[in-house]
Amino acid sequence: MNGMTLIVKKVTQLMCGLIFMYGLYIITHGHLTPGGGFAGGAVVAGAFILLILAYGSEVVYLKKEETQTSIIESVSLLVIIILALAGLFFGTYVFFNNYLPQGETGKLISAGIIPVYNIFVGIEVAAALLTIFLALVIYKEEVKT
Amino acid sequence: MTVYIMCFILFLVGLYGVLTRHNLIKIVIGFSVMEFSCFLFLALIGYIENGVAPIIKEGLENPVYVDPLPQAMVLTAIVIGLATTAMLLAIAIRIYKKYGTFDIRKVNELRG
Amino acid sequence: METLLSILTGFMIIGALYALHARDLLSALIAQGIVGYGLVISFLLLQAPDLAIVQIVVETITLIIMVAVVLNSSREEIVESWNRNKVLNIISSLVIILFMAFVFAYMIVSLQPFGEHTMRMADYYTGAGAESTGSANLVTGVLFDFRGYDTLGEATILFTAALGVVTILRAKNKKEQKS
Repeated sequence: MNGMTLIVKKVTQLMCGLIFMYGLYIITHGHLTPGGGFAGGAVVAGAFILLILAYGSEVVYLKKEETQTSIIESVSLLVIIILALAGLFFGTYVFFNNYLPQGETGKLISAGIIPVYNIFVGIEVAAALLTIFLALVIYKEEVKT
Repeated sequence: MTVYIMCFILFLVGLYGVLTRHNLIKIVIGFSVMEFSCFLFLALIGYIENGVAPIIKEGLENPVYVDPLPQAMVLTAIVIGLATTAMLLAIAIRIYKKYGTFDIRKVNELRG
Repeated sequence: METLLSILTGFMIIGALYALHARDLLSALIAQGIVGYGLVISFLLLQAPDLAIVQIVVETITLIIMVAVVLNSSREEIVESWNRNKVLNIISSLVIILFMAFVFAYMIVSLQPFGEHTMRMADYYTGAGAESTGSANLVTGVLFDFRGYDTLGEATILFTAALGVVTILRAKNKKEQKS
């Protein structure tokens, strides 16, 4: 599919990095301000979708399969399950427990394992949304009969 | 209580769309409207008059927080709604490729 | 607050009714955007900023995907004239809708009035939630610590949906290329 006009391409060059950084800020400050893993992951996926829509699918060097985003999504879901299982072996015999030390409320490094969960859930949501978008909008052209 | 009745009327509009329309895209829009009315109802239940958002910051004495439990449920449900809509659209694309139309009255023949 | 929310929901109802009766599919999708973005304003008025961020981004992505699907296939809808089947369809669906409205009217007398919520279960969350989990955002604390299984299930659902979409659109690829 073709890209858009020159004005859209120039504005996308400027805004794309800012949107990505904003999404990362929402993910990592999930336990202090509104947001969290799901909101930040969706914003990061939006930054990539903007890039693909503005430049067309030939320029972004996409191969004809979406294996790379699928691999990222599978690996991050596996890491979440491994982190949750690690609670079984660290003393408390409860699955899915909050076992790291909790600092004081309000600092950036606090709240046990919640920031780590936020980061991996954010990566997983962004990769899943990007896989759905690529499969439905860009790669369906080759299934033409 | 008027808000609850209006929210339920929105649900009924979505249900009318699913039952009577014969275009696949209109049926998907009807499902989406039904889900939105459910989110609105859950968020309406947890509201307290003159409450603040459930985030703790210093400088407020004795704040009354809005209930955080329905908000957590709606956060999960929004992402699930997106997943459902994406799968419905994938099936709609397959039906269009095979039959050439979005009309559900013409997809009755089993052509294998 | 209640009248403002009722007016917003009235706009959403008008938008949904137009979206289901539009002749052109692209106009129907734009009218569905009224319902989605009206919901964002309602969430902001109900003191829920987490939900507003998620809803606005998810609604935009859904609209982009649906517009791409519609523009790559047919764009109009064939409307047939009034005949016996259509009248029967509409009457039977109206009977079901009236039955559900009757059930709802029977149920609504046991709800609390709007704005007075007796927090039976959430008293512990707002009182001792910050010291128990350590996070200042109570919604994230509830979502990842008190209700962690729901979050794990939801991550699995999103993964399964991505897998299902890729599988549905790739079926019988080799057979079609051979024949």
